Amino acid sequence: MTTPANNLVYERPEAFTETPTHYCPGCTHGVAHRLVAEVLEEMNITDKTIGVAPVGCAVFAYNYFDVDFVEAPHGRAPAMATGVKRVLPDRVVFTYQGDGDLASIGMGEIVHAAARGENLTVIFINNANFGMTGGQMAPTTLPGMKTSSSQNGRDVETQGYPIKVSEMLSTLEGVGYCVRRSLHDPKNIRLAKKAIRTAFETQVRGLGFSMVELLSTCPTNWGMTPVNSLKFVEEHMIPAYPLGDYKISDAIKQIKI
Amino acid sequence: MPKELWKGNEAIAEAAVRAGLEAYFGYPITPQTEVLEYLSRRMPELGRAFVQAESELGAVNMVYGAACTGVRVMSSSSSPGVSLMMEGLSYIAGTEVPAVLVNVMRGGPGLGNIAPAQSDYNQAVHGGGHGDYPRIVLAPASVQEAIDLTVLSFDLAEKYRMITMLILDGAIGQMMEPAEMPEMKPVHRQDFDWATNGTMGKRERRLLTSIYLNPLDEEQTNLRLLNRWKEVQANEVRYKEYFIDDAEIVIVGFGTAGRVALSAVRTAREQGIKVGLLRPITVSPFPTERLSQLTGQARAFLVTEMNMGQMLDDVQLAVRGRVPVEFYGRPGGVVPFPDEILNEIKRIASSPTADHTDARDAWLTRMTERV
Repeated sequence: MTTPANNLVYERPEAFTETPTHYCPGCTHGVAHRLVAEVLEEMNITDKTIGVAPVGCAVFAYNYFDVDFVEAPHGRAPAMATGVKRVLPDRVVFTYQGDGDLASIGMGEIVHAAARGENLTVIFINNANFGMTGGQMAPTTLPGMKTSSSQNGRDVETQGYPIKVSEMLSTLEGVGYCVRRSLHDPKNIRLAKKAIRTAFETQVRGLGFSMVELLSTCPTNWGMTPVNSLKFVEEHMIPAYPLGDYKISDAIKQIKI
Repeated sequence: MPKELWKGNEAIAEAAVRAGLEAYFGYPITPQTEVLEYLSRRMPELGRAFVQAESELGAVNMVYGAACTGVRVMSSSSSPGVSLMMEGLSYIAGTEVPAVLVNVMRGGPGLGNIAPAQSDYNQAVHGGGHGDYPRIVLAPASVQEAIDLTVLSFDLAEKYRMITMLILDGAIGQMMEPAEMPEMKPVHRQDFDWATNGTMGKRERRLLTSIYLNPLDEEQTNLRLLNRWKEVQANEVRYKEYFIDDAEIVIVGFGTAGRVALSAVRTAREQGIKVGLLRPITVSPFPTERLSQLTGQARAFLVTEMNMGQMLDDVQLAVRGRVPVEFYGRPGGVVPFPDEILNEIKRIASSPTADHTDARDAWLTRMTERV
């Protein structure tokens, strides 16, 4: 971060463009974006970073980061990122994916990128629904939760159970760093930023696959005010998706930030 | 270089390496697997990227990612696997990045079988992925031609920022023939002004995407692709002619079907029948103009394919009903014998009047009587 002038307490990170985001009021995508941008700037890696955008609300993420970007088909960001990273191993490559993209249609790609230990960083936004298409049920939708495609509430007997991605991926040898954080209050946002920093440090040091799962809000599709959706994360999402460090390899534990 | 005995699939793999292939992503499927196997050894020894992907979907999207950085990248598969790759091909086309895909075709639809077929002509030439996009498709008929066209495919893909596909039936992938490899070409990373390889603080950031939310922008993209395709059509049509000069019957066949037809043509010539062969090497762009010219000398065309008549439609469009077009095909993974095609040549040579029956219907009737 640049040294604040006298009373300057907040400014646009250099890794951001000046494009206003299209995200709904109260959505935490903007917070997640900013944390990534701050980390790129702090690590001085903006110039050599290549982002891979998903299909979902973050499809236009490439408009907001001032780095080279490619736009993947739905769910395929980890495969596309693999292609980029394998031919440009000295660049920093990250994907930014939602839960429909990563945990539903892209489950094959994310599991195998993790299993191969691809030196990629994945920012995984879990807001328990498909945001862009209007709030349909995702693999992460909570039991009983009403969405536009589970209008009677998710019935686990017929619609299955939520997938805990961080827990699942942490079983794979190729994964160096895999944690879950939340964006529902300032304290947790600070912890999320530290995790994102560690994830990128993991990649830069060649210590394997890194992913930060971020519990996020979707006020529009949840039909809640921004404040109530923050409460929903705290009261309903965190119990279902416990925050924590699911895998941190010994080498990564040594990293001092 | 001296001639060596090469298996088709391995020859394609080595030719790609010598053409500067920097990354290969693939998945096992018969009868293509030797490309993957060969490169699993060859690429790492050269320090180049190789990944056996989790699926053809994964493979094609790795190709897509690597293609965006501007390096020479390839994948290979066979029919069912290529179907899975169609998503990625559409995105690659929409993003206008170069990539090479080899389809060693087998009998289908569905799981079909692993015998040689030309069943994916329409998928390769006319369709496949969603949306409006052209692509270059090359069809080798020998191991040597597979080598030469593999090298050419990278140049064409880069020149036109377009997918170049090689379609060959399993026979060419599996058989061994003496062939000459090109010299090893050092990897030369071109500094494309579109490649997303990190700004490194030296330029404005770049974006590669296939999304154009404003329909007017997408329309402009479609038109840009079409204009580029017009250049391809003007400059890249390739075919080979045999005994065409005085031919009254012109056979049109690509790949192995063309090669088998050539044997039949030679025998027919010995028997005094004026028959020739046009073998398209680029099936897309198609040699439409040349076929149209030949309607001035030919009294009939015979299309031979290892499918139910897919290129047949393109020949008929070129001939425009000026002379009769007949068809002989063996779908399902069956390779025709030269005698079968010779019988067709003799039948056409001895039929005094033009046959106005639909070519495919007439063939189906003959096949139903035979099989």
